Amino acid sequence: MNHLLERETGKKLLLLGNEAIIRGGLEAGVRFATAYPGTPSTEIADGFYHISLQEPLYFEYSVNEKVALETAAGAAISGVRTLCCMKHVGLNVAADALMTLAYVGVKGGMVIVTADDPSLHSSQNEQDNRYYARLSGLPMLEPADPQMAKEMTIAGIELSEINQIPVLLRTTTRVNHSRCAVTLGDLPEIKAPEGNFEKDPFNLVVVPMVGRQLHLRLLEKKKKLQEESEKSPFNFTEGTGKWGIVTSGVSYNYVLDAVEDLGIKDKVTIFYIGMSHPFPTQIATDFLNKVESVLVVEELEPYLEETLKVTAFEASIEKEIAGKGDNLIPRHFEIDPGIVKKAISNFFNLESPPAETLSVSEVPSRPPNLCPGCPHRATYYIIKKIVNPETIYPTDIGCYTLGVLPPLSMADFLICMGSSVSSAGGFSKAQKKPIVAFIGDSTFFHSGITGLINAVTNDHNFVLVILDNGTTAMTGHQPHPGVEFGPQGKIEPKVKIEDVVKGCGVKSVAVINPLQIKKSTETIQKLLDSDSRGVKVIIAKSPCPLYERRVMGKKQKIVFEITDECDLCKDCLELACPAIFYEKAREGEERIFINETLCSGCSVCAQVCTAIKAKKKN
Amino acid sequence: MSSWRIFCTGVGGQGTLLATYLIGEAALKAGLPVMVSEIHGMAQRGGVVESAVVMGDRKSPIISDGEADILLAFEPSEAMRALRKCNSETLVISNIVPLIPFTVSSGKESYPEVDKLLDSIRNQVRRFIGFNALELARKAGSELSQNMVILGVLFKHGGLPIDAEIMRDMIRTKTKKAFLDVNLRAFELGYSL
Ligand SMILES: Cc1ncc(C[n+]2csc(CCOP(=O)(O)OP(=O)(O)O)c2C)c(N)n1
Ligand code: SF4
Ligand code: SF4
Repeated sequence: MNHLLERETGKKLLLLGNEAIIRGGLEAGVRFATAYPGTPSTEIADGFYHISLQEPLYFEYSVNEKVALETAAGAAISGVRTLCCMKHVGLNVAADALMTLAYVGVKGGMVIVTADDPSLHSSQNEQDNRYYARLSGLPMLEPADPQMAKEMTIAGIELSEINQIPVLLRTTTRVNHSRCAVTLGDLPEIKAPEGNFEKDPFNLVVVPMVGRQLHLRLLEKKKKLQEESEKSPFNFTEGTGKWGIVTSGVSYNYVLDAVEDLGIKDKVTIFYIGMSHPFPTQIATDFLNKVESVLVVEELEPYLEETLKVTAFEASIEKEIAGKGDNLIPRHFEIDPGIVKKAISNFFNLESPPAETLSVSEVPSRPPNLCPGCPHRATYYIIKKIVNPETIYPTDIGCYTLGVLPPLSMADFLICMGSSVSSAGGFSKAQKKPIVAFIGDSTFFHSGITGLINAVTNDHNFVLVILDNGTTAMTGHQPHPGVEFGPQGKIEPKVKIEDVVKGCGVKSVAVINPLQIKKSTETIQKLLDSDSRGVKVIIAKSPCPLYERRVMGKKQKIVFEITDECDLCKDCLELACPAIFYEKAREGEERIFINETLCSGCSVCAQVCTAIKAKKKN
Repeated sequence: MSSWRIFCTGVGGQGTLLATYLIGEAALKAGLPVMVSEIHGMAQRGGVVESAVVMGDRKSPIISDGEADILLAFEPSEAMRALRKCNSETLVISNIVPLIPFTVSSGKESYPEVDKLLDSIRNQVRRFIGFNALELARKAGSELSQNMVILGVLFKHGGLPIDAEIMRDMIRTKTKKAFLDVNLRAFELGYSL
């Protein structure tokens, strides 16, 4: 049985923040969940997916975050309790839907999880999504740990349903990916969604005349939510000391440890702001009146700090309020207990010996790399060999972005998902160097298609390579519309990439298997040589070997070895396969060998060099 | 404050996350307050994987520089990289078998001499326990059981307030049935060091 379906109320389980959110959703009667995967939110989606395989709850991996939110909106407006989750940048994609869904509201409770990633552990930026609450007018809850994440999910669904408005649950990586003991509540029977849509176009169809009314209604709701925030159990103070500390999210834990370590528990009042929007102005004013000065401990932007300063100004309270700044809390990257301890010591003038550090000697870097046998590597290798060395490579987000590393060095420009195709079009109109753009299959469906149509329409001139490895590999192998292989073997794809490309108006399309170097090289060469201008598309199709082994259970029969014929020409090193090792003990004592445990048997190196031969894997 | 802050580091594929998860489960079973923090994402692609287990009277799920009570390293150069988390009172438990990163195998960077590397760690911390986890794992039946060997050493020498029997129980109930015997053997080999 899935441990999240445990029925023993009161039992404690060691849950990941993301699992706690799922459990909270289930306890709150969520019957409909949608998501596009993205670290650090992915386990919420994957967990709902697995539960949906055995329970009538509806879950879908949507094609992108905007689609996920709009799909969820359809369910929520039909009265179904709904959860939609995404990473922080996913909310940018969904923002258009979000802003006006805030006007329209919901009937069934809806929680939208936005998982922020301070320190960019696996993201392209570290934007602070608390501003989305202020921008959209939606209420926002921010948990400090998995237990609170579960409680806030439940409270969020209730708050949403009572006020008929979606609720944002904002987490950060350290909440999503921390585990602690979570106490289970009652689990209601998990049922299929049984919604009922009632026609009400003058409240649900946002033409300007309706939008004006809805905006007024949103402002009314906000007043009511303001009262909710003032009495929310998630906004609380601890202690009665004169030194004020304001915090929220995971930083709260760092504050507690620092206060304990510094022995200043009786000197401080800690104000936790778990419902950060609407801001609990009254509690904040009372707090400001009681303390002498305030340090705000928050990650990323000075969001609470500025809000607090406005609050103080409006209440004519003149007290020192600080947060970001030299010797206090940095505005970039994650903070940690040490940083907080130092900031508290500095701000309240305490003695605190600097942490002892040891001397760390230099060790080689260990960046993540494309796996042995990854078809993306073969595609890069083939293309690099045949194109003009001046070629520009706009790229996209996925495992294949790792091709940026030398010696492949096959990435020149990237901003967000889908940017490969559209920026390639811009390059082609603005400058003269040739362009080959790369996009993954899941990314193509997520946000590549509109760019491709745009490129065809506006006569952009570039080659687009769609890296079709049959899965969303980067985030842990979720399916996408073009999936052709599943645990059950070959399946008919719901949407064929080739059909989509042709449907977008592309005339020159070639499909290759990148693991066949010679044949693929010929096919691509032919496509490049054809003198037609415009957009040419290459679909590089070969399944992710990790997916093949893990999900499809494929067994590997052969490995490759470097035989005595090797003359140390090092051509094979250009592949950058992590299974191929170069060793130079001293001058004149070089060797190249293949680590058999790592080799996935893709045979690409053997096609590059005749000194490499197959043998049976033992 | 009585607490145990264990920082774990290794390379994607070495099973560090399973190890931290099991320590967390064992602590929960033993009735200790516990938090585990992990970084997912790049784990599969040969990058560094760091995680932490914090037990006892502490609230933060992560460990700042210089504050680890125990460093559990699955690879020697990663032990050195993670030395920033340690202080002179730290106990370092480390596998001594290098996993050569791609930057070295492709001839771009070089891997330091392992003995010197380990000596430098040994000289700076309260106690250093280095051992060949790969050999012991092979002896147990599978290279993949190195994480269990390391857990064995931790439970023998780590001074944790958790009975080793609880950990054995966790291995029995929370790891894959197919690897159960190997895992338990590997744990015992580590435990008898
Ligand atoms: C807007 C947005 N949503 C989600 C992500 C997280 N994410 C990064 S890459 C990726 C999918 C990559 O899949 P695919 O294009 O198939 O490439 P693969 O990893 O399989 O090579 C996802 C979901 C993101 N960076 N931005
Ligand atoms: S997980 Fe698959 S797609 Fe990603 S790098 Fe590894 S082999 Fe390539
Ligand atoms: S066959 Fe060659 S290229 Fe493929 S995984 Fe093995 S060593 Fe690497």
